[in-house]
Amino acid sequence: MTSTEEVARLSHERREYKYGFVTDIEQEFASPGLDEGTVRFISAKKQEPEWLLEWRLKALRKWQEMTEPTWVFLPYGHPPIDYQAISYYAAPKQAPKSLEEVDPKILETYEKLGIPLSETRALLGIEGGPETPAEARRAVAVDAVFDSVSVKTTFQEELKKAGVIFCSMSEAVREHPELVRQYLGSVVPYSDNFFATLNSAVFSDGSFVYVPKGVKCPMELSTYFRINARNTGQFERTLIVADEGAEVSYLEGCTAPVRDEHQLHAAVVELVAMKGAYIKYSTIQNWYPGDETGKGGIYNFVTKRGICKGDDSRISWTQVETGSAITWKYPSVVLQGDRSKGEFYSVALTNLRQQADTGTKMIHIGRDTKSTIVSKGISAGEGQNTYRGLVQMNKGAHRAHNYTQCDSILIGDKCGAHTFPYVDIRNPTATAEHEASTTKIAEDQLFYCTARGISEEDAVSLLVNGFCKQVFSELPMEFAVEANKLLAVSLEGSVG
Amino acid sequence: MRMKGNGSMSPVPLLEIRNLHVRLEDEPSVEILKGIDLKIMPGEVHSIMGPNGSGKSTLAQVLAGKEDYEIVEGQILFKGQDLSDLGPDERANSGIFLAFQYPVEIPGVSAMQFLKAAVNAKRAFEGQGELDAGALLRHFRAKALQINVPFEMLKRNVNEGFSGGEKKRFEIFQMAVLDSVLGILDESDSGLDIDALRIVSEGVNSMRDGTRSFLLITHYQRLLNYIVPDRVHVLIGGRIVKSGGKDLALELEEHGYAPFGVNESAVASA
Repeated sequence: MTSTEEVARLSHERREYKYGFVTDIEQEFASPGLDEGTVRFISAKKQEPEWLLEWRLKALRKWQEMTEPTWVFLPYGHPPIDYQAISYYAAPKQAPKSLEEVDPKILETYEKLGIPLSETRALLGIEGGPETPAEARRAVAVDAVFDSVSVKTTFQEELKKAGVIFCSMSEAVREHPELVRQYLGSVVPYSDNFFATLNSAVFSDGSFVYVPKGVKCPMELSTYFRINARNTGQFERTLIVADEGAEVSYLEGCTAPVRDEHQLHAAVVELVAMKGAYIKYSTIQNWYPGDETGKGGIYNFVTKRGICKGDDSRISWTQVETGSAITWKYPSVVLQGDRSKGEFYSVALTNLRQQADTGTKMIHIGRDTKSTIVSKGISAGEGQNTYRGLVQMNKGAHRAHNYTQCDSILIGDKCGAHTFPYVDIRNPTATAEHEASTTKIAEDQLFYCTARGISEEDAVSLLVNGFCKQVFSELPMEFAVEANKLLAVSLEGSVG
Repeated sequence: MRMKGNGSMSPVPLLEIRNLHVRLEDEPSVEILKGIDLKIMPGEVHSIMGPNGSGKSTLAQVLAGKEDYEIVEGQILFKGQDLSDLGPDERANSGIFLAFQYPVEIPGVSAMQFLKAAVNAKRAFEGQGELDAGALLRHFRAKALQINVPFEMLKRNVNEGFSGGEKKRFEIFQMAVLDSVLGILDESDSGLDIDALRIVSEGVNSMRDGTRSFLLITHYQRLLNYIVPDRVHVLIGGRIVKSGGKDLALELEEHGYAPFGVNESAVASA
């Protein structure tokens, strides 16, 4: 038996999803179903101002006229989502005001996940632990979102000294309504698309970041999303604004319990970079992927978009997507300011019967704008991996330039890799380069590694990590270490 | 001190091949090796010479455990133990090293990272814990000095953009790092200029200590001027047709493989 056959055979063995536990706490739910009453219930729970309720209701009415899009490429399809069977709000009964008041079971949950909610200068990561080099340990501020609400945001005081606002969206609506009102929906309008519109109507919480003029955020910011409740969707909304000359690096991580039914996660992320600002947004997505027959797992239908509003601004998306039954997202950049830069670095891994249709949109409006797209797709087991990307150069985008590199690697022979690149250039001075490759884990590479004593499983993981190096090198160092580990864990089933 | 193994007093051979018949898994009708017998004692250097297509590289790959081949008949014993149930990684960890004729590029994986994985795999196999970063670096530096490869090579991706000579030197370096007891060099001399050939040979010679053994697979006698073999075997058509001392290589140099019924021009073109 050749090694790739071996790999394919073993890919059916179930990998361990170590974040699959459930936290047993008292929670408050909205009853399943979605109508005006649901939206009013959520808004009232959050004691929101009238303008936000109105905005939500507009979104709801729009959503009720829309139909779920079907253009996504899902070879295995998915059972229809019954939007009236989902509960749109779940929150721990006790609303905590300080760390001491957070339900110990929730603290324990985040501890198990390796996310410290106490403000010790410990490592945030998927795993954390003593193996991580000391220099990688530094303070990371965390906003922990548990189902529909933020349970704790750390290091707020220290950030405040630098003038940085980092809090849950609910708190931002209360404390900084003028900022929220100015920017909410300014990048992803409430009417944008089916899932973003749904999110606009029912979003429960999420993170809000504002970095004032000229401030370089003194620490990494991160949000950790945890779905816990059964039969509940998570609809969080994140808004990051970097004012002129500001810089911020932000990371989100996600996990969920193992459940037999699918759960919907429809988030919206909006980024605004003013003149000379730089926002670096990294995602390590490890939602429960379902089992080898395709049972269970998260539907990860997310709208992420940033606008380089000012000249010389820069937005960089880095994503490592290893979880979810279905991933459907295109973190995009609107390059409005002259000389602004948009970047998209992606690793998407599909194993078992996972399906991913992901990529980016780079919309060049300003002059001398530049975008870079590096996408690495890894398909193992019966996974289906699609890159879909749009590069658009508008009429005024003089000398705009895009570089796209799109590589796929196949492990075994039951998986698939697909590429749909769209290029739309309306300015004669604009240029776009595209490189693409699809390879198999080569037998000769595997043999070369095993002939040096490295086990086949470790060899596959080593080769795949090499394949992803370009993207991992974009991650903050401590997360790059974790991404390596996560990739190895996610591939475990594929080699035995 | 070396004991030639043909009496009951002889120690266990490091490698013993008995009547080895091998065919390709995908092409079972073609037998590539048709009954090889070979015995290499600890400390010995053997050379297998032969024209292209005679089965030299097949023998090397079968020894290393490549899965595309099927052993139809016969046995391979390493330190007296049958290798047939061991995968390539277990063979490597037991001390067998194959220096590839065409070393493979591994994009994005630094030589350092690669060798760290290999060293720690061997340590795990031997029931030892992982080597810490400092000890690993000291080990790499010492071996780089011994084999005469620039330490900078370790920061590059495995074989990526290496010249032919660099690739071959890196193979020998890996053999030294892994401290293998049996080095199988599959045409490590091919494509090398005279300086690179000398460096590769000196690297191998620096590892000879009376217990390590080498099997040099080569087309040309040239390499054997630098690494002097104890025994030379001529492999043609999947069989060892003649064995002798180092002078046999000189004979081959002079007369070619023609005395064995091989068409030289066909050989030269490959």
